[in-house]
Amino acid sequence: MKMNFGQRVPAFLRAGLLMASCFVFSGPASADEPYTQGALRNYNTYCVQCHGINRNGRGINSRDMSVQPRDHSDAKGMGDIPNEEIFHVIKDGGLAVNKSVLMPAWGNVMNDEEIKELVAYLRFVCNCGSGK
Amino acid sequence: MKLSFLAALAMGLVAAPAFAADSVGAGILKSQCISCHAVVKPDNASLDRLWERKGPDLYYAGSKFNRPWLEKWLQNPVRIRPAGELYTKHIKGSDKEDVVDESTMAAHVKLSQADAEAVAEALMALTGPAGLVSKGAFKGDKVSMSMGAMFFNKLRGCAACHQAKPGTGGSSGPELYTAAERLQPDYLYSYIKNPQAIDPHIWMPTLNLAEPDLQRLTGYILQLSASEGK
Repeated sequence: MKMNFGQRVPAFLRAGLLMASCFVFSGPASADEPYTQGALRNYNTYCVQCHGINRNGRGINSRDMSVQPRDHSDAKGMGDIPNEEIFHVIKDGGLAVNKSVLMPAWGNVMNDEEIKELVAYLRFVCNCGSGK
Repeated sequence: MKLSFLAALAMGLVAAPAFAADSVGAGILKSQCISCHAVVKPDNASLDRLWERKGPDLYYAGSKFNRPWLEKWLQNPVRIRPAGELYTKHIKGSDKEDVVDESTMAAHVKLSQADAEAVAEALMALTGPAGLVSKGAFKGDKVSMSMGAMFFNKLRGCAACHQAKPGTGGSSGPELYTAAERLQPDYLYSYIKNPQAIDPHIWMPTLNLAEPDLQRLTGYILQLSASEGK
């Protein structure tokens, strides 16, 4: 399952890079891709540095981290976290939910709508339901 | 190449810079630098533009850099951000954590001493919009390195993305053991306080740090050096 996911991800990234070259902005979510292009772009800008290009928590920064970043492809681990908590931890950082300070607050970088879209994207990545 | 120039033109990146157009340094900036760096503030401050640009913005270089470092670096450019800019374009997956994809890294233009001095002079004239950097904000107090390290590593998590000594820490942000040589103290303070205000959409979070934290972190970073902790 994980292997398949790892192979799927580079396609998302290619889509992201293609988008960069075409000046295309975030479009509506479709049934096949239940997330916005804006969420994908935000993930590739802010989250990949720690959570990894394969969304598995093995980002370029993770090597020396005292607490490893969450594996977003882990259906079980992610499935246990409600949407509200994911929203809260992105907006206010790890400390706000008694987790690591290494997860910073992104509330000054992304607005609430963007963070909501990112939560939807994370649900797609983990393939773990709607979290509601 | 042509396309990227047109794209830059469309985004308003290519325009008459705000320095004496007839100086040698300004001429070199125009002929060699503006295809990758913005020397005037771009109208487009979107996230897409951050992905489009090929190098850091230089329109506020005079409020950011120390001139001696600029002159030295332009003659011998070395990597400052271990994973390049934008890091996402320069990494690849591996069996363990993501690694830098060296094949995507291009060498920076190298200048002669005379050209480097001329370009440094032209860059120092580019001070950017008024108020971008809070002049006099950093008080210059010495800080305890052990206390600073605790803030940097444990309490504020800066080490997740930055290296305070060579080879240890994160790779998506610039190395900080050379920051004192490279950067003006007030720029460093202002950037830590609100990176987004200086570099819109940059992948460094804005942490709402209290004033004592800002002073402490700025002081700690300025007291770091490449030899420390080796």
